[in-house]
Amino acid sequence: MNIITSTLAIVSKDVRSELRTRYAMNALLMFVVTSVATILFALREDEVSTEVLSGMFWVVVFFTAMSGLSRIFVSEEERGTTMTLQLIASPSIVYFGKLIFNCGLTLVLSSAVTILYIAVFPAFVIKSMGIFILTIFLGSLGFAAAATIIAAIIAKANTKGTLYPVLSFPILIPLLMTVMKSTARALDGEMFIAAMSEFQILVSYLMIMIAGSYLLFDYVWKE
Amino acid sequence: MNSISITANGLSKDYNHSSIFKDISFSLSSPASLSITGKNGAGKSTLSKIIAGLLSLTRGSITYSVNGKQIGIEEFKHHIGFVSPYLNLYDEFTALENLQFLSHIRSTTQQNSKRIKEMLTLVGLWNRKDDIVGTFSSGMKQRLKYAFALLHNPAVLILDEPTSNLDIEGIDVIWQIILEQKKSNILIIATNNNEEAHWCAQQIQVGTT
Repeated sequence: MNIITSTLAIVSKDVRSELRTRYAMNALLMFVVTSVATILFALREDEVSTEVLSGMFWVVVFFTAMSGLSRIFVSEEERGTTMTLQLIASPSIVYFGKLIFNCGLTLVLSSAVTILYIAVFPAFVIKSMGIFILTIFLGSLGFAAAATIIAAIIAKANTKGTLYPVLSFPILIPLLMTVMKSTARALDGEMFIAAMSEFQILVSYLMIMIAGSYLLFDYVWKE
Repeated sequence: MNSISITANGLSKDYNHSSIFKDISFSLSSPASLSITGKNGAGKSTLSKIIAGLLSLTRGSITYSVNGKQIGIEEFKHHIGFVSPYLNLYDEFTALENLQFLSHIRSTTQQNSKRIKEMLTLVGLWNRKDDIVGTFSSGMKQRLKYAFALLHNPAVLILDEPTSNLDIEGIDVIWQIILEQKKSNILIIATNNNEEAHWCAQQIQVGTT
């Protein structure tokens, strides 16, 4: 069994499944549109600081991700295909397949929120593109890494919907604080070097989350 | 042809502090066949899932060997074909796509396109290969599960309620599959049906201790 081929087979299956069923995509896009619209109505003509704008940006990403990323494992449980996957693929292949899919989904989601923010908030002007792109990239991967293992845990629970944000929030606090600070730097137009400490935190968070999830996944995945 | 053996010693399973079954032991070396019988809720399906490595044991041990060499369950799963009411395929994909997915996971795409056709023809679904599985009847889904289980030519075939939802023609096909499997490989059947239980040389009854 070739690990890369098998992992890509899981990713490909999930992408095609998502395109056909729209399990997560519709929910995510609707959440993005409604939450951005709500913020827009609340702020109206008010002038807000870059810290507040970047905070609201990641609040939208956080809650949207929480409403959609759990589907990756919950949908397998609901369709009764978890056992099929357990039989034909090793836990590590399933984990990395699901992680790659969630990374892609979160990147699409973050990009959609960015485009919408630029379109509706005149104050949301990205002055340091390098900082912003790297923050979005590392932040999205960090979100996906944490969301994937939590999704695997809550898929086995009875109270799937409510448990997900409750479990996710404490794990995502360090990530949220870092990406908010880094995004504010991008909006303020600071030099790339000024955000290096945030990038170090984001890379460390990502590595710890993936390594920890990889070690934990065997126990979560097997009943 | 690989020589396969499965040895179980004192298998016990508890769920929510109550015992489902306890002290089940057996030994199988290919060719061999075993039926697991018992009342509803006795733990037949649970035992078949444990043998397939899909559930953990509470007590006891189970070892798997290929050509005399003991291997772990993750490696042994490549030798297992499993048909069970609890094991579903993807409703949003066609029959062909489901089998292709399995081939891709097992990284055997090249050799398997011919095998996929063979298996779908065997279970009488070749003409429906491009239909979405969600539109299949329960009997057709059961037939597809057989194609899915046999695709990689497994040395161990585990069947939980093997003829459920099948018509007479479907049962005949399964009977042929069982006869073929018994010749040189290991067959395990979990059933309530006495006739199906007698298809196997060895029998164990769960839920009687």
